[in-house]
Amino acid sequence: MTPPRKKKMNLKQRYALMTRGLDWETSYQKMDDVFPYDTFEGIKITDWSKWEDPFRLTMDAYWKYQGEKERKLYAVLDSFAQNNGQLGISDARYVNAIKLFLTGVTPLEYQAHRHFSHLGRHIRGVGPRVAAQMQSLDELRHAQTQIHTISHYNKYFDGFAEFPHMHDRVWYLSVPKSFFDDACSAGPFEFFTAISFAFEYVLTNLLFVPFMSGAAYNGDLATVTFGFSAQSDEARHMTLGIEVIKFMLEQHPDNLPIVQKWVDKWFWRGHKVLGLVAMMMDYMLPKRIMSWKEAWEIYFTEAGGALFEDLSRYGLRVPKYADIATDEAEHISHQNWAIFYQYTQAAGFHTWIPGDDELDWLSEKYPNTFDKYYRPRFEMWREMEAKGERFYNNALPQLCQTCQIPMGYTEPGDPTKIGFRSSVYKDERYHFCSDGCKDIFDDEPEKFSQAWLPVHQIFQGNCGGADLSDVLKWYHMDQGIDNMDYNGSPDQKQWDAWQAARKKVAG
Amino acid sequence: MAVVALKPGYADAVEIRDRKENFHGNQVVYLHWEEHLSFCAATAFPLPPEMPFGALTEKLIPQFYGMHPDFKSLDWNSVEWKIDGEPATPDMSKSLAENGVGHKSLVCFRTPGLNGYKGSCS
Repeated sequence: MTPPRKKKMNLKQRYALMTRGLDWETSYQKMDDVFPYDTFEGIKITDWSKWEDPFRLTMDAYWKYQGEKERKLYAVLDSFAQNNGQLGISDARYVNAIKLFLTGVTPLEYQAHRHFSHLGRHIRGVGPRVAAQMQSLDELRHAQTQIHTISHYNKYFDGFAEFPHMHDRVWYLSVPKSFFDDACSAGPFEFFTAISFAFEYVLTNLLFVPFMSGAAYNGDLATVTFGFSAQSDEARHMTLGIEVIKFMLEQHPDNLPIVQKWVDKWFWRGHKVLGLVAMMMDYMLPKRIMSWKEAWEIYFTEAGGALFEDLSRYGLRVPKYADIATDEAEHISHQNWAIFYQYTQAAGFHTWIPGDDELDWLSEKYPNTFDKYYRPRFEMWREMEAKGERFYNNALPQLCQTCQIPMGYTEPGDPTKIGFRSSVYKDERYHFCSDGCKDIFDDEPEKFSQAWLPVHQIFQGNCGGADLSDVLKWYHMDQGIDNMDYNGSPDQKQWDAWQAARKKVAG
Repeated sequence: MAVVALKPGYADAVEIRDRKENFHGNQVVYLHWEEHLSFCAATAFPLPPEMPFGALTEKLIPQFYGMHPDFKSLDWNSVEWKIDGEPATPDMSKSLAENGVGHKSLVCFRTPGLNGYKGSCS
């Protein structure tokens, strides 16, 4: 007798079994004890089953797709290495953007991996729990594939070797690090809002499109391929971001003010962190894609505008200070590059004064402000450099207590005045670069009064010593090699030697 | 508003990281030369509260701001001071503390007539 043939499950059944079917209600422990993190923030969830799974992927399918993608990526990386891809980039100055990416962004991918795996354990609803588990794996893969991609550049250029060590210590890397630490030390719903929604949904295009298009324009095939490989993951992450917002807002009306507060906070924090990308687009790419201001208009003003229009039916409004951030898109790249130019002695990548053609490009892209406020600044520095008096700021900068960036941002509407804001909490004074950063502090002074501000830490004696060279040693920054201007750097010498050798061969 | 924390008593257990006591007898003082934004931000110094205010104009500011082309034309008698946002007339012989400069105070100075490279506030 033949046994009855088992009916093969269809995709939907299989999906249900492999995700929601893995859940159970605890019996001898209270659910609240098993899931201690998902209620304290005040977000009210009445029915977890209403969660719409955004990924629609089972783990075995995930494994299969990602394995295929990774095989393709590594084939490209091998060929990039075998064909000496480093010789094909537009100019060695480009590599400094990749240094910033590896030291500033890649460690955040790893942090995201860690925290999504935390959420993949600690969210009561099985839908978001499975989604978080898969995103956790994505983030680990991204960290790994970025490190593998960029490791090729580490063979030929300086500034890459100590990236995880630098991420934890270097003054400007405390900006992305503290941004992520803030999110990871928040509750699960705030983390979702911060990373999945504000960063991955609202702002992600401003990080990935410039970096990946920048790589494409500048002949960096390896990074482009990594970007493509990550793209389908990012699409899923965005879906998770929007789903989590809608879910919270649909579950209970009391959630709206909490979610709005987080959206305001994380939009502002994200905007400040992305100032590093702004600087990269306008100053660090030898072949420009578009200006930061143009990117902001397309990816925030237009795309973000449509998104918040759509979300207004839930009562959610455009993030507070979005207008100020848009005003700052005119200034932020210039102000940031100026910070790094004058602190080049403490930067883990090289800086330079833009050439005449680059200054002209900036004048054209920023017709209302560049010639009036920023071009003279670069011309003054160029004159000083020509006289052998290169402008270094030898004092340490005042930092914003919230975003930890040197307080170099100007008053909205007046680019001649630095914006100063301050608050007093428990008899201590705190300083902020903007109303956005001040509001974030005032809402949670307990949290931000603990900020590890690199400048104050140096003064307190916690960074290897009082002299610059002590601190650089503590950063694992190789002096005269990793830091200072591109002109005269070992990177430049090597690149020039390669170019000369090519000319010779070409005859 | 106060932080929403999981741990009971979290807010009271917070260790403020930048208390004056952590600076080995110094206090942090910020300096800012208005309309000279080639110095990207105010600068920070760990200074003894008993240091005379005059040491700022005699030592610190020349040392750290002296390379600016405007500096050689700077006339200290016409400088306008602000301490923590309030206009001030500091007594150069008295200490920072006696002049009202406390921990994490911001001391701004404006130099009328000097407003940066080619008047660009740079």
